[in-house]
Amino acid sequence: MPCRSSVPWTASIVRLPDMGDYAVVLAVVLAGVLLVVAGYGARRLLAPSDPTTAKQTTYESGVDPIGEGWMQGSVRYLVFAFLYVVFAVDAVYLFPWALVLRTELGPASLVEMAIFIGVLVIGLGHAWRRGLLRWW
Amino acid sequence: MDLAFALEIVLKTAAVMAAFLSLPLLVGQTEHKVMAHMQGRLGPMEAGFHGIGQLVADGIKFVQKEDITPAGADRHVFRLAPAVALVPYLVALAVIPLSASWVAADVPASLLFVLAVTSVGVIGTLMAGWGSGNKYSLIGGLRAGAQLVSYELPIVLAAASVAMAAGTLSLTGIVGAWSPWWLLWQLPGAFVFLTAAVAELQRTPFDAPIADAEIVFGPLTEYSGLRFAFFLLSEYAGIVVMSLLFAVLYLGGWGGPWSDTLGPVWTLLKGLAVAVLIIWLRVAWPRVREDQLQRFAWTVLLPLALGQLALTGAGVVIWG
Repeated sequence: MPCRSSVPWTASIVRLPDMGDYAVVLAVVLAGVLLVVAGYGARRLLAPSDPTTAKQTTYESGVDPIGEGWMQGSVRYLVFAFLYVVFAVDAVYLFPWALVLRTELGPASLVEMAIFIGVLVIGLGHAWRRGLLRWW
Repeated sequence: MDLAFALEIVLKTAAVMAAFLSLPLLVGQTEHKVMAHMQGRLGPMEAGFHGIGQLVADGIKFVQKEDITPAGADRHVFRLAPAVALVPYLVALAVIPLSASWVAADVPASLLFVLAVTSVGVIGTLMAGWGSGNKYSLIGGLRAGAQLVSYELPIVLAAASVAMAAGTLSLTGIVGAWSPWWLLWQLPGAFVFLTAAVAELQRTPFDAPIADAEIVFGPLTEYSGLRFAFFLLSEYAGIVVMSLLFAVLYLGGWGGPWSDTLGPVWTLLKGLAVAVLIIWLRVAWPRVREDQLQRFAWTVLLPLALGQLALTGAGVVIWG
């Protein structure tokens, strides 16, 4: 189709004003990848590479490493992860609410949001009272 | 027209890259000198006038040093981690406005975008902790993850409060809606934001993930050469991003005398003042213990942020 091929591919971006800024974001991401590649390339040219067994040993304060690096251990932050998921979902609703607060929905939505967050706060208070917000 | 558009993208990207490669060095140099003088030392004095070229010399040194991948490491994860830690801050810098017109990418919900992108950086730290195959690294990486999980919440709530006060999610829109009263009205939120930002950057007093007295250097223990330098650069780029974000959200951004022409200068000066404050915290305070760090987020910052949210909501509905 000759008539379509005469239009450059960028023309479709120019027509959408919002997409131009996202094109810059995409270009910046690509530039970041390029920066890393260029840095590693320069390192490859400039830095020596002479691996020995002693150099490649896992560092454990100077003594020979014991067992694997991926050891079993007690994850003490598990409760915080659960609480985070609860409140992160809550945060998803906060941002749209922030934009309607000045409309006629404002006062009613404020009360609704107070009830919604109030329930979460009671949950947080309960977790606190039961001693989950400490090292355990 | 199309050539102009492509050229605009290239120039804006180059400007973001220039800021990314110069502002962190400025903050790093400021840290060298401010810390030194607060501790009664001179700091670096050899490379150039009063050591002005010290960080450039460090960079040249790092690129010439051998990068060791430990035999026990998960090689690909280990090698990719510095890039994952570094690139998000570059992308975040692209949407932070220095003035109403000095912004590389004025995306509609830039506040949400910045928050989302900056939290990707911690995945790099987690990858470093996991991929190193080192017990110290693994503990440090898990601490970093737990820290982000706990402090991300107060920072998001504080930012939501600002968005409510401004009625927009655009950073340029927020500065447009800002008034000096916010300094008082949003003060609890500002405190929460700054504290949580320092914790997300894993800076003293919240640097338990890299606590040298306990776990050597946490996730960075096994890194050397350029990969280590990338992690360092990402830390200072993080300070730049968080300082500028704080200046834009809470200090009125480019507002000031002759803001039409001097706008970007005001934003940068306010951001630099915040960066100096973050450096000052490192000099003044010791590290908090891991359990204290977690408890502080959940029992102090989170209730404070929720209180700020209620205050902002009531203020908007009552005073419009």
